[in-house]
Amino acid sequence: MRLTASDLACRRGGRQVFSGVSFFVASGELLTISGRNGAGKSSLLRVVVGLVRLAHGSLAVEGGDPELTIGEQAHYLGHQDALKPSLSVGENLHFWSRFLGAGPVGLAEPLAAVGLEALADLPAAYLSAGQRRRLSIARLLAVKRPIWLLDEPTSTLDAAAQQGLTELMRTHLAAGGLILAASHGSIGLDGARELQLGDTP
Amino acid sequence: MTPLAALLVRDMRIAVRVGGGALIGVLFFLLVVTLVPLAIGPDLALLKRIGPAILWLAALLSSLLALDRLFAMDHEDGSLDLILMSRGPLELVVLTKGVAHWLTTGLPLIICSPLLGLLLNLDGPAEAALVLTLLAGTPALTLIGLIGAAISVALRRGSLLLAVVVLPLTVPTLIFGIAAANAAVAGPVPFGTPFTILCALTLVSLVVGPFAAAAVLRQEME
Repeated sequence: MRLTASDLACRRGGRQVFSGVSFFVASGELLTISGRNGAGKSSLLRVVVGLVRLAHGSLAVEGGDPELTIGEQAHYLGHQDALKPSLSVGENLHFWSRFLGAGPVGLAEPLAAVGLEALADLPAAYLSAGQRRRLSIARLLAVKRPIWLLDEPTSTLDAAAQQGLTELMRTHLAAGGLILAASHGSIGLDGARELQLGDTP
Repeated sequence: MTPLAALLVRDMRIAVRVGGGALIGVLFFLLVVTLVPLAIGPDLALLKRIGPAILWLAALLSSLLALDRLFAMDHEDGSLDLILMSRGPLELVVLTKGVAHWLTTGLPLIICSPLLGLLLNLDGPAEAALVLTLLAGTPALTLIGLIGAAISVALRRGSLLLAVVVLPLTVPTLIFGIAAANAAVAGPVPFGTPFTILCALTLVSLVVGPFAAAAVLRQEME
């Protein structure tokens, strides 16, 4: 599988956020997107997913399902966690796994992988920011999709959780997935290429 | 469990738990209908004549109450992003949310309405006709309301815009609903005539509402 982007440009709120961005990511590869605040890292991810309109350029994915758009084959971990406070941890994860089409898969495994199995019945309103982030990561494990688009995935995580996330990303890449991650710091995986935003005109 | 069934169950769960919209809609309905006879006074004949109209109006306003949070809540916590990335027509997702809204707001109103009809001095045939018209017409209120809910997605205080957009579109439903309820009791027009038009309005809104709301949502996620 290979995701290719050519000459992408994006406008938001009348402002040219970025232009002339080209990259490719293949199976088993991690591409880190870096840049100063406001360079357009989040916008680039949202453009790839299809939530923001492309002003110019093209996106293509080879080797995936030709019937589906990129967004329909991808997981997007944005700044927000997509959790309902009145539902429990288990109910939130159950909903997303069913809604995104996972089939009858158990939730114990994804919850255990992010260390939340003891909190399965706790209403999501009582979770800390790091726990909410981990629950969103559990969503990526509960539903199998080949492309992961992560926006500052380590932002609210403590050191142990960051290590855990790095391990999960390594497993995903080993299984043939590809990851596009926007981050200020380093993700901690060797062999990751970097795309620097903001130094193109 | 299919994706849409999961969405239906989730929306209904949220609505009936604390802070959801279900209880508020019914309570508002009860309050409005209880206040009317207190405001008008013990003029039983007058209450009987305007009873159906008051109940319909209260049902309309109660439906509106929970509508502005329908998509805005999902937009605020990032769920709408993921919903737009799901494999399935957005129109069906929107319709499912509308069904969840009706089941948690419209249906409780319909169940309460016979009891409240007593407060407005309605008798048996009048109440039966009223319940039938509410059953046929409240889905239209929800489905048309979906359009307003989609328009006010990104606005924090979108309820006013929602009301301005939705209320004019619901006027035909209101008119024919009340006409049918009155026709069953008095009037030369048989109940069937305005009632079938009411059903037709609901069927039209079943198509127009979800398609228009989905188109608005796609346009707005920019």
